[in-house]
Amino acid sequence: MAGISVRNITVDFPLYHGSSRSLKKTVFAAASGRVGQDRQHRVVVQALSGVSFALGSGDRLGLVGNNGAGKTTLLRVLAGIYEPVAGDVTIAGSVTALLDPNLGMNQDLTGRENVLLRGLYSGLSPPAIRRLEEDVRDFAELGDFLDLPVRLYSSGMMVRLGFALATAIRPQVLLMDEWFLAGDAAFMEKARERLESMVRGAEILVLSSHVGPVLQAWCTRVIWLEQGRIRMDGPAEPVLEQYLGHKLPPPAAGAALTDAIVAARA
Amino acid sequence: METASGLARAREPVFELKPNRSFATRHALAVEDLRAGLSLWRLTWMLGWLDIRLRYRGSVLGPGWLTLSTAIMIAALGFLYSALFHTNLHNYLPFLALSMILWNFLSTIVGEACTCFLQAEGTIRAIRMPFFLHAGRMLVRNVLVLAHNIPVVIAVYLIFAIAPGATALIAVPAFALWLIDGIAIAYLLGIFCARFRDVPPIVASVMQIGFFVSPIIWEPSTLATKWQHLLPLNPFYTLLEVVRGPLLGTAPSLEVWASAVGYSLFITLVAWLLFVRARHRVAFWI
Repeated sequence: MAGISVRNITVDFPLYHGSSRSLKKTVFAAASGRVGQDRQHRVVVQALSGVSFALGSGDRLGLVGNNGAGKTTLLRVLAGIYEPVAGDVTIAGSVTALLDPNLGMNQDLTGRENVLLRGLYSGLSPPAIRRLEEDVRDFAELGDFLDLPVRLYSSGMMVRLGFALATAIRPQVLLMDEWFLAGDAAFMEKARERLESMVRGAEILVLSSHVGPVLQAWCTRVIWLEQGRIRMDGPAEPVLEQYLGHKLPPPAAGAALTDAIVAARA
Repeated sequence: METASGLARAREPVFELKPNRSFATRHALAVEDLRAGLSLWRLTWMLGWLDIRLRYRGSVLGPGWLTLSTAIMIAALGFLYSALFHTNLHNYLPFLALSMILWNFLSTIVGEACTCFLQAEGTIRAIRMPFFLHAGRMLVRNVLVLAHNIPVVIAVYLIFAIAPGATALIAVPAFALWLIDGIAIAYLLGIFCARFRDVPPIVASVMQIGFFVSPIIWEPSTLATKWQHLLPLNPFYTLLEVVRGPLLGTAPSLEVWASAVGYSLFITLVAWLLFVRARHRVAFWI
């Protein structure tokens, strides 16, 4: 049984580098009012403060909020990348975090070598890596390009390879950042089915996005983050309506969802 | 696809961070990092190996350049120094060849230890991976570079008709000590350099001084007798000597061993304490 429990976590970002600490301090204080000093008088930015929630099997959580509200930081905490300074986090189940589209991808390596690396990053055995390779080759339609360095790929091939790799491994807990919805319309239509089956396959989904229709279609619960704190937490539609400030149209599905994604990006 | 998922689903790891951030908790997390890192040896090896391959992709000789450039350097230095210092080339060149090859290995490890976490910034921020992976990758890369220099050493042995004999086997445990030190120094400097960006130039200066004050291009026997007994205090010398001595057919003395092991224990202990203390902060620093 997969499960996520987050209790009262606080994440502070220390600001160590930069030539003028005092200027930075002034600028950040003016911008957000979230700059303070910790016990050792280092300048810190509070990225998350007092965030608590629990998710069980079957939960689909959407994260909304302005840029800098703490969405990506929260995803990184759930992925175990940032360890909070206070509060506790428990995550049961295998986790895949789709935070960086080019994770481990090396432009100078061939497609096949990149697939191998990703398989190793995910801790797969050699036979599982071979199956991963077939799956990626079929979905990304790379053909003989699989044995050429990735930097020779067209941008479309790059997106297909990155997407195929990212979606080939089915986790119990899926953490997804919004970059995932990038890609041209023709590709999105093909990708959506695969993505939806991955989302359905995951026991828990946490998705950070600006695209209302996607959150509406995929999420059952939405948390609205503002300046590192939870502003609103509840069923998807009421929270989204509050956040977006208008009534939601009926949920989109199938090709209509693809159109909505493409429209939202344009 | 289904099978890949089946494999990923087979394990159900539980990741837990409790509010109790005691030394014992942090220590357990650091041990877990080490254990998980060792179990990823296949990935570590692959990353180190690809680093080498990519560096020389597209060049005619490929990693053969590693061998060739070392051979050229040794030949040039050997002739130059034997002319300058009027030393006997027959004794001096094998000493110089091994010294330079082994010192390059050590000093490159120390230099790259500074950047091993900084360079992995993209990975560290995208996925939870043991920090051991980044340290191990740096070590694998340098061991592979060293391996490319073995032909030069063999050539020197053949040309000067040297056979270090069974004594050379002492170099095996000594090299294992180097590997442990390599990981320790990667943790130590990797973390320090992530936090304080002016450490790498300081480290480079220290290594430069170490190169000149240690018997690397000059033989220990050329030192005045009153300084001779101070040599075992020099960690650069003793750590180098435990591998170099056996390969030249002389077993290191007990003082040299004691010093090398002592300094290693010290570095490893300090590195481990720092790692236990700072592991969870590195992702914020890079």
